[in-house]
Amino acid sequence: MKYVEEFRDPAAARGVLAEISRVTDQIGATADAPVRIMEICGGHTHAIFRYGLDKLTPDGIEFIHGPGCPVCVLPRSRVDECIDLAEQPDVIFTSFGDAMRVPGSYKSLLQAKAQGADVRMVYSPLDALELARRNPDREVVFFGLGFESTTPSTALTIQQARRTNVLNFSVFCNHITVPPPIKALLDDPHMCLDGFVGPGHVSMVIGLRPYDFIAQDYGKPIVVAGFEPLDLLQSVLMVLRQIRDGRAEVENQYARVVPAEGNPVSLAAIADVYETRPSFEWRGLGEIDASGLRIRPDYATFDAEQKFQIGYGAGQARAVAEPDGCACGEVMTGRVKPVACPHFGKGCTPELPLGALMVSSEGACAAYYQYGGARAVEVAK
Amino acid sequence: MRCVLPIRRCTCSRGCKIGMSTRTRLRDSHVTLAHGGGGKAMRDLIEDVFATAFNTDTTEDQARLTDTALADPGARLAFTTDSYVVHPVEFPGGDIGKLAVCGTVNDLVVGAARPLWLSASFIIEEGCEIDLLRRVVASMRTEADKAGVRIVTGDTKVVERGSADTVFITTSGIGVIPPGRHMAAETIRPGDVAIVSGVLGDHGAAILIARGDMALSTDIRSDCASLGHLIEAVLAAAPDTRAARDATRGGLASALNEMAATARCSIEIDESALPLRTEVKGMCEILGFDPLYLANEGTLVLFVPPDQADAALAAMQSQETGRNATIIGRAISGTSGRVVMQTIFGGMRIVDMLVGEQLPRIC
Repeated sequence: MKYVEEFRDPAAARGVLAEISRVTDQIGATADAPVRIMEICGGHTHAIFRYGLDKLTPDGIEFIHGPGCPVCVLPRSRVDECIDLAEQPDVIFTSFGDAMRVPGSYKSLLQAKAQGADVRMVYSPLDALELARRNPDREVVFFGLGFESTTPSTALTIQQARRTNVLNFSVFCNHITVPPPIKALLDDPHMCLDGFVGPGHVSMVIGLRPYDFIAQDYGKPIVVAGFEPLDLLQSVLMVLRQIRDGRAEVENQYARVVPAEGNPVSLAAIADVYETRPSFEWRGLGEIDASGLRIRPDYATFDAEQKFQIGYGAGQARAVAEPDGCACGEVMTGRVKPVACPHFGKGCTPELPLGALMVSSEGACAAYYQYGGARAVEVAK
Repeated sequence: MRCVLPIRRCTCSRGCKIGMSTRTRLRDSHVTLAHGGGGKAMRDLIEDVFATAFNTDTTEDQARLTDTALADPGARLAFTTDSYVVHPVEFPGGDIGKLAVCGTVNDLVVGAARPLWLSASFIIEEGCEIDLLRRVVASMRTEADKAGVRIVTGDTKVVERGSADTVFITTSGIGVIPPGRHMAAETIRPGDVAIVSGVLGDHGAAILIARGDMALSTDIRSDCASLGHLIEAVLAAAPDTRAARDATRGGLASALNEMAATARCSIEIDESALPLRTEVKGMCEILGFDPLYLANEGTLVLFVPPDQADAALAAMQSQETGRNATIIGRAISGTSGRVVMQTIFGGMRIVDMLVGEQLPRIC
């Protein structure tokens, strides 16, 4: 498969891994004093475990799993609000499949659907818009979530809804942005991070400049990476070389997809439809200034928060406590590993998840549970 | 309501035949609730659509069966049942009728049974096109002939629009396991070799694409096929074949997990050996799916002792349904019920059972 298999070539990987070992040794990193590299994006976390990269890289490298899983970072109250919307009699609630199993404080969208709510899984916000066209007597709400990689598609859909006058369509906007939580993590005195593997698809939209502060203000290297195993290994090597050489730069490993200046058409659509919220609540990180987007008043007709007076549209999103002992917040910010959570694999499994990290396709707990980490190797022996 | 797809023959002295296949009496283009009402409309539907295709010859409410295979000392009966719901009802490579025959036949043959008879029950949604039903029933007949089974009894019900999705089919199958054959997952031993009979995930991928939600266009066709001939060829070449499973819902991953649990051993597979079509791989890349969990309807995985692996593989590859057969791994001693995979990178990961459905990712 072109443009995929080249980046999964085991022979090439062996070469990169040998070089990674060499540079790790040059840095003097060991299992007891490892280099701590955060992969920000949940897609990267899954690739690491899917290909077993955590076991192939030297013990002197520790991967810290970052907050880049869009459903994981949503507080449970937002899922509850989705369910409130979905359970309104005239509403068709539409969502990406990923969010269907994520638990709110009392049920998931999938459970709400089973109980009679009209919840439909769509592959694109444009499918939701089409649903609105075909059901003019119903209100179709799309659960807009995700980082800058998904924001342009909802922006373009809202623009199209206005252009074609589909007034029974709205978006429940939970779009968030990548740089603010990284800054929050870097400001946290308990976090010791030596470098970052930056998100590929987000950077395709926003480009490289938004990461400058990481290198310039905090002196940490960041390498924007693709999602294939060789992409990841090469990016780790680039981070290690920066550390070894005492450099802190924004580098682009994923240049085949990510232009330095981002995608101007997407950025224009985002700027047209959305504005920055003063602050947005993140699971595990709390309120972070200027980290979320809301729909501009110009497009209020298509804003579910305004239309249904819900969430931040009701003045303030409701606050819901996390389940007792749930370590999702700590896991998501890289403070602890999934297996350190007392509920991991016991009270919290993919069948009966306590938190989104166990069910989202980008959640760190799901990656540990699904791909087994250490357990797999122990058995193979 | 009982009915056994009766063709009522006229017994008058003139010897005329009433309601036989030469004449189409059904004028409706769509199924209505009247076709489930037990009266003339139902009789017409059954005789015209079902009985003519299946060529049943009983006038009783039961099929009365006999076969010389049953007389062999030590022969055992195998009996299985499965219900089929699929959207869309027709898809590249098959339809729900083909699926309903192949699926139940395969449930029999993976246990080393020779399939003999099927029942077929239809729950039809009001408004279903009669022509569609005819096509579905015709493909059932074609597949039954290919597999060497007869559809000998059945039933129809019609439900209101919205209570079913076009048509649901339940088939039950009876087969005979010849004396001396014993295929069961509990007989798998560490060292036994795992072989899959063909490329993985085609059925699941074909159905997803046929739904049209993703605006993807490919040539992927369902692998839907009955596997009796394949199993017979394997057993002739590798008589100690331990066990086989068709990797249907939940895909290869679920089939292997079930086998590992029953056999109380671990199974190790090699990612680089898995036979996958480029198109299926591409679709999985786009949607974030794992082909190990995509459904197959004409692909099985079996375990053979290492000294019979080459013979089994060659026998499979000599069959149309086993052309792409490949050795993918082996049973190993270790934790009961665990399946691990050597990744193309030399890493190792667990291949767990699927939880719920695979859902497409956000980005």
